[in-house]
Amino acid sequence: MGQDLFAIMTSNAEGGEGDAGNTGSWRVERPVINMALCTPAKKQKASCHLCWLYCPDGVISKDLEPEIIMEYCKGCGICAEECPTNAIEMVAESEFVEE
Amino acid sequence: MNVIDSGNVAAATAVKLAKADVIAAYPITPQTPLTEKLSQMIDEGEMDAEYVAVESEHSALAVCIGAASAGVRAFTATSANGLLYMSEQVHWAAGARLPLVMCVVNRGVGAPWTVWNDHQDSISQRDAGWIQIYVKDHQEIMDTTIKAFRLAEEVSIPVMVCYDGYYLSHTYMPYDVPEQEKVDQFLPPYHYKHTLTPEAPENLNSVTMPDTRKDIRGDAAPCYMDIRYNLHDEMIQSIEKFEAIDSAFQEIFERGGNPVVTPYRMDDAEHVVVAMGTLANQFKVVIDRIREESGIKVGVLAINLYRPFPIDYIIKALEGRKGVVVYEKALSYGNQGALFGDVKSALYPCEKRPVIQNHIIGLGGREIKTDTLYETLIASCRKADENSGITDTPNWVGLQTVEPTAAER
Amino acid sequence: MSSDIIEIRWHGRGGMGAITAAKLVAEGAFLSGYGGAIMAPTFGTERRGAPVHTSLKISKEKINDLSPIETPDIVVVLDHMIMSEVDVTAGLKPGGMVVLNTPKSLEKSKINGYRVAVAHVNEIALESGLRKGIVNTGIIGAFAKATGLVDIDVLSDCIEREFAGKRAKENAAAAKTTYERTQVEE
Repeated sequence: MGQDLFAIMTSNAEGGEGDAGNTGSWRVERPVINMALCTPAKKQKASCHLCWLYCPDGVISKDLEPEIIMEYCKGCGICAEECPTNAIEMVAESEFVEE
Repeated sequence: MNVIDSGNVAAATAVKLAKADVIAAYPITPQTPLTEKLSQMIDEGEMDAEYVAVESEHSALAVCIGAASAGVRAFTATSANGLLYMSEQVHWAAGARLPLVMCVVNRGVGAPWTVWNDHQDSISQRDAGWIQIYVKDHQEIMDTTIKAFRLAEEVSIPVMVCYDGYYLSHTYMPYDVPEQEKVDQFLPPYHYKHTLTPEAPENLNSVTMPDTRKDIRGDAAPCYMDIRYNLHDEMIQSIEKFEAIDSAFQEIFERGGNPVVTPYRMDDAEHVVVAMGTLANQFKVVIDRIREESGIKVGVLAINLYRPFPIDYIIKALEGRKGVVVYEKALSYGNQGALFGDVKSALYPCEKRPVIQNHIIGLGGREIKTDTLYETLIASCRKADENSGITDTPNWVGLQTVEPTAAER
Repeated sequence: MSSDIIEIRWHGRGGMGAITAAKLVAEGAFLSGYGGAIMAPTFGTERRGAPVHTSLKISKEKINDLSPIETPDIVVVLDHMIMSEVDVTAGLKPGGMVVLNTPKSLEKSKINGYRVAVAHVNEIALESGLRKGIVNTGIIGAFAKATGLVDIDVLSDCIEREFAGKRAKENAAAAKTTYERTQVEE
């Protein structure tokens, strides 16, 4: 169709990780999950998952032991704020740097 | 008093010194810090004004229109899509001949969404009947905003003071803050001859017929087209007024001059760059270097007053030059740069017309490297010298993911 | 770029206060007779934690070119970890100065071809009574010591005014202590 020849340049972004590059580098603090306090990890059954629900970047998995993709996590801290059992702690990135 | 601060703070301070009574604005990047500063100064009692928080830019200007009609000095500010959302009231304010002042902190227009600088927002409003002034540094933001109130109030035409988003709004540079007493001396209190008052009720800007009608005294009342002619005619007269106001400003503050257009190294220039805003100042550095390194005699003409368009000034400055190169951050889509079209049209009646070229640059905050200006300007001067390869279509400088094709067709 | 303009690029993260730091140095320079102090931040979409930089140009004369710095004389880095993501010495003039906030020693921080100055600003800021992670005033002290461009007392006054009511004394103390403890490569 003729339409395919037009509007060849528009501002569209597809869903998925990495459209804005390695956003994990923006982090000042990193979320660290204490599995001993995390509800699904503790009960070993699918439950809670509020961190997965609230993460604005969709980088937290809905597993019994949730995993966070550190390449893209911006360290906003919403997961730590939402976690009902305070299982997520925001730890300064400097703690993870090898001297 | 000399200070170092952002352009937005310079603008807010000017509005405070002008003793605006009503501020109504809606925040939008990069204008936001300007209105935040105003609301802070009002809250802290540093400024005696009413800050009306509104739900949109359309309402912001509507509040200012109401305030000015009620006889008080009003101010608003916006950027980009905010200005466009306000557009209906922008035209209204001009037609109603209300002497408002608005800072437009220039930003590119979405879609696609951008927060960065170009001139498309205010250029798109060039035909609204407002006076438009483009400034180049913080001192000009300060001084021009103060002058704008006097100009608007003397000619009863609203004024936009346009300054580059980020390049000025968020950049810190030194400027002088005038003393309040001197500003008071320069800017008399606001007076509006049709001030709304229960003692003398009037209808303002109700349906106005295509033809004249008899008013209550039996006199011929102005009709739509005549009122619009009057706006156009007085806009052109306001060029002289702006000169006179600048002279009055110079007497009190001992700075100013060349309020309409600012020439730089023009005396012996064979080629002239025409630009508006900070771009014109950046070109000073560029042409100093070109003159030193390649010997090309080139100057800069900054257009400060864009509406009304200073045709006589343009002719005087550019007739007989070999080449004119217009660099601009906006265009009339499907045609060419708006400023380019205006400059070309102004030069049409001249006997000795220069070769004229157009570059579109820096849209949506695309970085404008001084080296790029240097290279493209030298190339343009050479083209003009040889009078070859000149196109009437604009040259897009610095595209990254597409090649311009228009010139090749 | 004209040789009488000193160009200083500041690297930090969104929210760290690099812009405030550069602004304070601009103010200090202006008060010290540099009539052309200009601080122009390069903005992305404002995002906390993302690497940001700002351009500070200092000259005795008015500066007309507001474009970002490409060939700095001096680079200031508020967080040494930025160096793993951003080439902070990009365009830095040969022999140019790099001022670093880092826990590492001067010996371990050397960069070939440039002069380095280091201070552990995070630690000094905490000692000075500031909250964790407030480094934008301490780094000013490191800058003053490393470059000698602006007097530390002038800068310290600027800091006290800027932070009036917001731990002004502590912020000024962080700058002064950092000034004393900054190690500068010969």
